[in-house]
Order: sequence, then structure tokens, then C-alpha cells
Amino acid sequence: MTTTTSSLVHSPTFLKGDEFSIDTFALLKQDGSLFEGATAPELDREKALRIYHTMVFTRVLDERMLAAQRQGRLSFYMQCTGEEAAVIGSAAALDDEDMIMAQYREQGALAYRGFSCDEFMNQMFGNERDYGKGRQMPIHYGSAKLHYMTISSPLATQIPQATGYAYGQKLAGDGHCTITYFGEGAASEGDFHAALNMATVHKVPVIFFCRNNGYAISTPAVEQFAADGVAPRAFGYKMRVIRVDGNDVLAVYQATLEARRLAVEHNQPVLIEAMTYRLAAHSSSDDPSGYRSKKEEEAWREKDPILRMRRWLESREWWSDEEEKALQERLRREVLETMKVAQKRPAPPLESLITDVYDTPTPQLNEQLKALEAHIRRYPEAYPKSSSRVSPTSSSAVTGQGGH
Amino acid sequence: MANLNLLQAINQALDIAMAADEKVLCFGEDVGGFGGVFRATSHLQEKYGKARCFNTPLVEQGIIGFANGLAAQGSTPVAEIQFADYIFPAFDQIVNESAKFRYRSGNLFNVGGLTIRAPYGGGIAGGLYHSQSPEAYFAHTPGLKIVVPRNPHQAKGLLLAAIRDPNPVLFFEPKRLYRASTGEVPESDYQLPLGEAEVIKEGSDITLLAWGAQVEVMEQAAELAEKEGISCEIIDLRSILPWDAETVATSVLKTGRLVISHEAPLTGGFAGEIAATIQERCFLYLESPISRVTGMDTPFPLTLEKEYLPDRLKVFEAIKASMAY
Repeated sequence: MTTTTSSLVHSPTFLKGDEFSIDTFALLKQDGSLFEGATAPELDREKALRIYHTMVFTRVLDERMLAAQRQGRLSFYMQCTGEEAAVIGSAAALDDEDMIMAQYREQGALAYRGFSCDEFMNQMFGNERDYGKGRQMPIHYGSAKLHYMTISSPLATQIPQATGYAYGQKLAGDGHCTITYFGEGAASEGDFHAALNMATVHKVPVIFFCRNNGYAISTPAVEQFAADGVAPRAFGYKMRVIRVDGNDVLAVYQATLEARRLAVEHNQPVLIEAMTYRLAAHSSSDDPSGYRSKKEEEAWREKDPILRMRRWLESREWWSDEEEKALQERLRREVLETMKVAQKRPAPPLESLITDVYDTPTPQLNEQLKALEAHIRRYPEAYPKSSSRVSPTSSSAVTGQGGH
Repeated sequence: MANLNLLQAINQALDIAMAADEKVLCFGEDVGGFGGVFRATSHLQEKYGKARCFNTPLVEQGIIGFANGLAAQGSTPVAEIQFADYIFPAFDQIVNESAKFRYRSGNLFNVGGLTIRAPYGGGIAGGLYHSQSPEAYFAHTPGLKIVVPRNPHQAKGLLLAAIRDPNPVLFFEPKRLYRASTGEVPESDYQLPLGEAEVIKEGSDITLLAWGAQVEVMEQAAELAEKEGISCEIIDLRSILPWDAETVATSVLKTGRLVISHEAPLTGGFAGEIAATIQERCFLYLESPISRVTGMDTPFPLTLEKEYLPDRLKVFEAIKASMAY
């Protein structure tokens, strides 16, 4: 059985993959005014300011945490800088109970849902309040309460998972969808193609949100694909697709709102490609000066998505210099203060080494923990994070694994 | 009780699981209307509809990625990989995702509902790409459970337990036995415990340990040995991960000898892990070195598979060598 409705032709006719390009949906100019003929989406003052506050918070968090990493207080960090409109504008278009399955650079989406500064810090310092129990590198956030799937380092694995998650939502009939974020580099992985194909075949309410930010670590997009970006791939899967100016928060918001409607009302997957730019390094371990020019960065800095939104807010008289100054000061203080507190909190308890591997620890895991406790009791000074918590009175019968 | 073959037992387990819980879904390549290339999922789509039993595109990483997401959402997916040889495109989703979902999120999220079924093993003239036993690759990954049934009764009870276990389970089915192994299977909904080995024959001179299709080989070798007056205790390990060291050690403390057999290659095979653990626990009780009878350190052959596979004669020789040590 074929699904094509192909006509016959009688000369060898090759279609050219480079013959068309996809337009970019944009509403807002850099000066904060709308393009001619453009209409701003319905966005009330309260919601617009929630978006804007989140953008500023994310920028402040990024600046402070990168500085903290440079001071050696934090092992690793990844910035969202430059991509705030793409991430937060899209998150704002969702229902708060839609599932978000992010890649790693989407702290703005989580912040928009209400993840507190303290919750961010606890994860980054891997302390005893980290929901992930100190098991993953900084920035691998997750929140069941906020419907934000815990980040996993392997690239693109979340994309087919989003298809599966959304399929379950469709069967449950709860009217929710899943959005999954990824970069244009991750879209090269097989997982991406598997996910889009399965989503269209099985009519799944999932939004694939590509942050095309120009670079996969140091590899520029032109070395990632020869095509006109990621968006044309949707045609091969017969999927709805839109390309949007990723630095234009209004366009991102409206495109995602419509994508969500298509997904939820018609059980239809949608691909959104947001054209943006990673103004920061890939991570705190990366140095972009080795592979791109300051001039290129400066050109994009002039398209700053936060500044663009601020100007729009100001044009509506929803925002002022004084409010901006107060917000910046408040957020800086909050980040620094919560960081100091989080850094001092104790590490997760020793038992967290063996919990959550299975629903309950296996006999082998319990034996291994007992052996480790006995060892720490013998050399407490070598294990300062745990020695004070290992009971000196508990069993010391274990002399080594399998000893007799 | 009905006399069923192993495939019918698996089909019955899936049928019972889907009838009992609407969250249970079966999918994979050709799993839908056709019922799978081996027909393990026959009639499930007719009974439960296309939304719960369906074909997927040919993409193993997609099948397991999809299954991981579905399980995280709260469903109970039973994903089929058509042959265990083709599980490797999904290796990343299984090893980095399924196995670590609960741990890495501090138990905020888990994919405990996930079961992955895959036919494994040789003896069907399948050559190197339809005969592999990949359990050892996954046994190195904490967070997974790995189960291998030996006959229809075991297959039904273990599969129902796997589907309902709150951890991701890999369920490797010995495809050589799909139609060859028949037996009485209760029609009721029953479960057999995961992580527990079963002593299927008691003996006093030597312990024989295997899983899946190799258990039958052990039984045949034991018959040969018994004729020579050697009393064999036979254990079906049933679960490779976590594995029941206690039952095996208890047996070896009694018999003082151990022969382990699996179809997979020797080097890095799971028999090595068992041998290391048992020598730690039973060192002073051992009468001879622990012996492994396994496939060779080569890919699986086509024409010479009888030579390649551990069979009753190879096991019999290992038993005699152990007794004569």
C-alpha cells in the first residue's frame, strides 16, 4: 500500500531540493514597533510582564552563574543568553500542565513555570535539596510538579520520548500536549527523524521546537546541514511546520499558540524552527572565540531579544526605566543570596547512592552500601561529605564484599 | 490447564495484561494486524484496537524512545524488538534512558512500566544476525531487569510479572523454543518472581546453571551424567539482572562444583560474573574450578552452528572434567 498520489511523467525529471526556501514569521522590529501589516497576539499586561520578568531573570541567572563557575564555585554551567525569546515565548503559549521535554538550554521555560531561584541553585550545587539528589551535572533540572521532565545529557533522546509521552496524553484524552526542545545540531541525530516519523504516522499531539541557534558547540549550521535549515524536513514527514524569528517573542508566542491548538485539537504534530543565535558559549567549558568572530556576535547582540521586548513593553507604557532598574537589582540580589545558602547545604545522604536505581534496592546494592559505610568509618577524614552521617554504631560485620 | 507452546503462552500473557489494564500497550515492527513475525501478538489488535496494539515504523531507537516517553507518562508499554540482534540501534535509549530515568531524576520520573520483548538465541539456522544472545551487554547496566524464560509456563508467569514490575524489564525469549517447547500452562493470571532463580532438579555432586534455551541442554547433559552415577543439581537462573546469587551459592556450598552455560561468547559473558561472585562466596567449599560452557568468541555462524553452540555433550564433558579434577 502506498500513501502517495503520484502522477506519471515520461521524462527523467529531478526535483531540486534547493529550489524553495521557507519564509520566516516575524511581528516585532528591533525598535519595539510592529512590522507593517503585523498584529500583535492577544497578550495581556500581566502575562507580558511574566514573560519579560522571566527573560530578565534567566539573563541575570546566566551572568551570575557563569561568574560563579569562573570563580570555581560551580563545576559547569550553560547559558540561554540570546535565546530567551524562543524558549520563554514558546513556554508562555502552553498550558501550564503541558509536558516540557527540554534539551538543556531551556532554563527559561522552567523559570516561567515557577521553578524558584532556590530550586535552581539546589540542583546546580547538587545539595540535599536537589530533586535529582546530586546525581547529574549542573543544569540538569527537572520538576514533576511543574511538568518539566528531568534533563538527560545524551543529545536528542528526549525527542522520540516526547512523541511517546504525547501519545499517552492523547490516549488519556486530557487535552494536553508535549513540547520538546532541541538545537539544530541535535536534529542531525537519528532520534529526531524517528520522532517526527512516528509522530505523524500515529497522529500525536507533540510540538517539536528547534532552537536553530547557529552552532552545535563549535560546528556552524552550514556544516550541520546543506538544506534550508531544519524546517524543510517536515515536508518529508507530511508535518505542519513554521519558521519563526526566534528573537521575536511575539512571533514565537503566537506561532506556538497556534501549534498547540493544532496539536491538541487535531492530534497533529507540529515543527517550529526558531531562528536565533547562541550569544553565549555552548557551555562554561567552551570558548567561541576559537571558531567565530566578535563581529558576528556583535551583529546578533544588536538583535537582543530581551531589549526588543522591553522596547515593545515601553511603547505600550507597560514598563519603565525605574522598573527595569529595580527588577535587575532585585534579581541580582536574589541570585547571589540564594546561591550562598545553597552552596552551604549538605550533600545528599550516602544512601542516595543506591536508591532509585530500582524501585527498591537489590540485595547486592544493600551489601555494597554496607561495605562502603564500613570503609568510611575506617577512613572518615577521607570522605568529609559523608563521614558525619555514617552511624558509628551500625553494623560493622561487613568486612568486604563477599568476605567470609 | 491447556497445553501451549511458548508463543501461545506469551500471547496469552499479553492478552491477560491488556484485558486487566487498559494502560498496557503492545507495539513494534509488524506487531499490529499481522501479529508479529512470530505471531506473539496475534489477535491483540482485533481485541484491543489499533490505539493499543500497533505497527511502528522500522526504527528501533524510535520504538524504545517512544516507549520510554509513554512509560514516563504513566502507560505500560510492551515494546517488541523483532530480533534481539536488532536491539542495538536502541542501545542508547535503553542504557542511557530507560535504565537511568528514575535515578537521574531522583525518582521524580520513571519508566518502570516499560517491558521490552525480544526473541534471542541460536539453533534456528539464523546465522550471525538472527542468533545472538545480548544479555551480557545489558547486564552491565544498573537500573534494568533482564529476564529469560525456559518454557511456556515460565514465559507466561515471568512476562506477566515483567509487565507489572515497577522497573524497566528486558524480556529475552528463546526463539528456538517458540514452537518446540510445549507444556501445561494454567489459564489463570499468575506471576512468577523476578530476580529469583529456580532449582529445577536437586542433586548432590555438581550444580548446573543456565537460563533460557540452555536449561534444556543442561537437563539433557544431566541425564547423561546420571547414567554415570553423577548427581546433578540444575538451576534455572531466570533473571540475569538482578541475579539470585544466594540460590546459586547455597547450591554450590552443597555440591562444591559449578558448571555455567550460555550461548553468548565466553569473553565478557555473564557466566564470568557468576563465576567471580561464586568463588568469592564459596571459595573454601569448591572442589574444582568453576567451569563455563559457552559459545565461542566469534560472531554466530550459520552452517556450523551445531558445532558452535554449547550442547549436551560439551556440558557432559565439562561435568566429567569437574568431577575428575
